[in-house]
Amino acid sequence: MSTPSSGSRRPLSPFMIGPYYRPQLTSMLSILHRATGVALSAGALGFAWWLLAVAAGPQQHSMFASLARSIPGIVLTLAFVFSLSYHWFNGLRHLLWDVGWGFELPRAYATGWAVVALASLSTLGVGWAMLAARSGA
Amino acid sequence: MSLRDPLATARGLGSAKSGTGHWMSQRITAVALVPLSLWFTIAAFGLGEYADARSFLAQPLNAVLCAALVGCVFYHAQLGLQVVIEDYIHVRWLEIGLQIAVKFIAFLAALASLLAIVRIVLGS
Repeated sequence: MSTPSSGSRRPLSPFMIGPYYRPQLTSMLSILHRATGVALSAGALGFAWWLLAVAAGPQQHSMFASLARSIPGIVLTLAFVFSLSYHWFNGLRHLLWDVGWGFELPRAYATGWAVVALASLSTLGVGWAMLAARSGA
Repeated sequence: MSLRDPLATARGLGSAKSGTGHWMSQRITAVALVPLSLWFTIAAFGLGEYADARSFLAQPLNAVLCAALVGCVFYHAQLGLQVVIEDYIHVRWLEIGLQIAVKFIAFLAALASLLAIVRIVLGS
């Protein structure tokens, strides 16, 4: 808990990046893990909406599907896909840290760039598959 | 016996000895979500049409895995959002309001999703 006691003037998060620390890959990926986590929490409500639409019947489902296939729907879906793939790969990186692997600085940077590459590639792949399915349908 | 003043714990200046449970729950749901989210993402490519989605979710194995996914997703999301709010929101009434709202929304969304899966499986 970061609750300050009354009268405390100590700095509170996020206070380090900017005035004290130059942005670096590791800290930027760390904050991106949180940002994608928040985005995925919103996306989870979209997933719940899809389940409710399927349960409610064909009419509600077609309303959901037409929104999902609109331009804003596709943009949101791609943002969701990027958030999911980034959070998934970087989450694996976190789990490896949790078992004690990969803390050395060169390895932390190598796995960081690997996560960026894998998340970008899988987002491009899913985006391409979605557009192919859309033009095919 | 602790030499620390109990008032320090009461005022939130030290460990209340409940952080490990939160940390562990976050990791356990993360471990579960690695295969579950991968499974659903691959399956989702074939679920664009209503009939396909319906028959997929009506299969007992898919329904069980989807229910597990729902439970893990909303529990994991709620744990993560809690920490984000603790770290960045320093206006007390807003922090408490957001914490309660996040927990209510996550719980309701999980319940509604599980009920939707049950309805699909039962065909009602």
